[in-house]
Amino acid sequence: MAQHQVLSPLPGIFYRRPAPEQPPYKQDGDRVAEGDVIGLIEVMKQFTEVHADASGKIVRFLVDNEAPVEPEQPLLLIETS
Amino acid sequence: MSLIVFGKLLVANRGEIAVRIIRAAKELDLRTVAVFSDADKDSFAVRFADEAVRIGPAPASKSYLNIDAIIAAARQTGAGAIHPGYGFLAENPLFAEAVADAGLVFVGPTPETIRSMGDKAAAREAARAAGVPIMPGSQGKIADLAHALAIARHMGYPVMLKASAGGGGRGIRVAADEAGLAHHFHVARTEAAAAFGSGELYLERFLSRVRHIEVQVLGDGNRVVHCFERECSLQRRRQKVWEEAPSPAIDATTRQALCAAAVRLTERVRYRGAGTVEFLYDDNTREFFFMEMNTRIQVEHPVTEMVTGVDLVRATIMIAQGQPLALRQADVEMHGAAIEVRINAEDPEKDFRPSPGRVAALALPAGPGVRVDTMLYPGYVVPPYYDSLLAKIIVHAETRDLALARLRRALEEFEIDGVVTNVLLHKRLAQLSEVRAAQFDTGFLERLLAA
Repeated sequence: MAQHQVLSPLPGIFYRRPAPEQPPYKQDGDRVAEGDVIGLIEVMKQFTEVHADASGKIVRFLVDNEAPVEPEQPLLLIETS
Repeated sequence: MSLIVFGKLLVANRGEIAVRIIRAAKELDLRTVAVFSDADKDSFAVRFADEAVRIGPAPASKSYLNIDAIIAAARQTGAGAIHPGYGFLAENPLFAEAVADAGLVFVGPTPETIRSMGDKAAAREAARAAGVPIMPGSQGKIADLAHALAIARHMGYPVMLKASAGGGGRGIRVAADEAGLAHHFHVARTEAAAAFGSGELYLERFLSRVRHIEVQVLGDGNRVVHCFERECSLQRRRQKVWEEAPSPAIDATTRQALCAAAVRLTERVRYRGAGTVEFLYDDNTREFFFMEMNTRIQVEHPVTEMVTGVDLVRATIMIAQGQPLALRQADVEMHGAAIEVRINAEDPEKDFRPSPGRVAALALPAGPGVRVDTMLYPGYVVPPYYDSLLAKIIVHAETRDLALARLRRALEEFEIDGVVTNVLLHKRLAQLSEVRAAQFDTGFLERLLAA
């Protein structure tokens, strides 16, 4: 079974929710389609949506909500099959 | 009025404004304390202050917005006063209260003033009460998206969503229609919550083709003087990139009316500290509308310092010491013209993508009439966690034309390697005939960039 890592495109802070009081975009175990928004990255106060670059099932997120991330850092694991 | 003695000042901020405040404090013979997150341990402010205290990890929500950690740092170092700078906790009344409750001096207005004037929705009501013209908009805060849609339907599009706890252009989104409002509502709330610790929003009618003109005031809790106006119409995404004083657009009569309105509003609340009353100005009708009041020092304060000779940051500290304003209104005069450009770590060639990184080489402009406020030094690593402002280049000359020539010369001297900046944008603006003729409005820069 093929596994795919979605990498952070930018350095910054990773958010899993569109707003603090909203549910996360995606949960572990959810289906995800290529192009789906999986989180936001805040770089210098600008928010950029992070999109899945593969379709499949989310095995798990590798980064916590509001954690600092580096470019190319794996954010989540997708089982593409 | 009794003098409040403190020998040590803690600066609850980072970046260039932390450096600016430490400079002013040192000139007043105060000891200085910098606070820093893990991302800022090598910052210029940390090196420059007499002492420095770590207050948490990189995200601002866990460091520069952490009230308990900042108060603890003040206690630990024996600081008697806290200067909040701009952004972060500068306009959070809970912070001002916490500082007072800890027996420390907050450099700024009272928590009550911050609450009424710093809360943008309440400030509109205060302006209305002071007889200052205001823009049509929501009577107060917006409960939810349905509420926003209802108000917008009544008021007409386009509308502007603004963070109640915001300022400085952050957390503001313009919506052209219902779909746009629905789309922007949650993002605006997220930005507001992340930047200011509150996701509350309010709504205003959005006028296109207006100028942004603001009045600087200083109050000692008893008397208010104004230090004339700044024009900040050149903006991108509601973010000022170029500011100047005086406004090239208004005549003496309008200037008088504008400054008098700002004094009326702030005297009514017995304003204490440095503040800015922001207006939108319509060239065609010569009308101005109150937009918001910022109860703190502004990023663009240096242009006012250049044309008036008043050290605004020093004044904020002296007011906090309980000293009555030494200035009378008649003492404040405006000489020549000053322009400030914001050098940001963003790439104008790539849709202004943020560009954090290590500053490899650096050459700052100098010479007659040039001032640079910055935290940069060669080898400094610009972190990705905070705003993109790297430096402010400020020029002053006898006339606006001479100031523009000086700006073009200063920008030529500026060199930086390792991070990409917007300096090319400023070089282009400083040459542009519309800018030289001051024929612009708050949408000018966006239209220029879209063309």
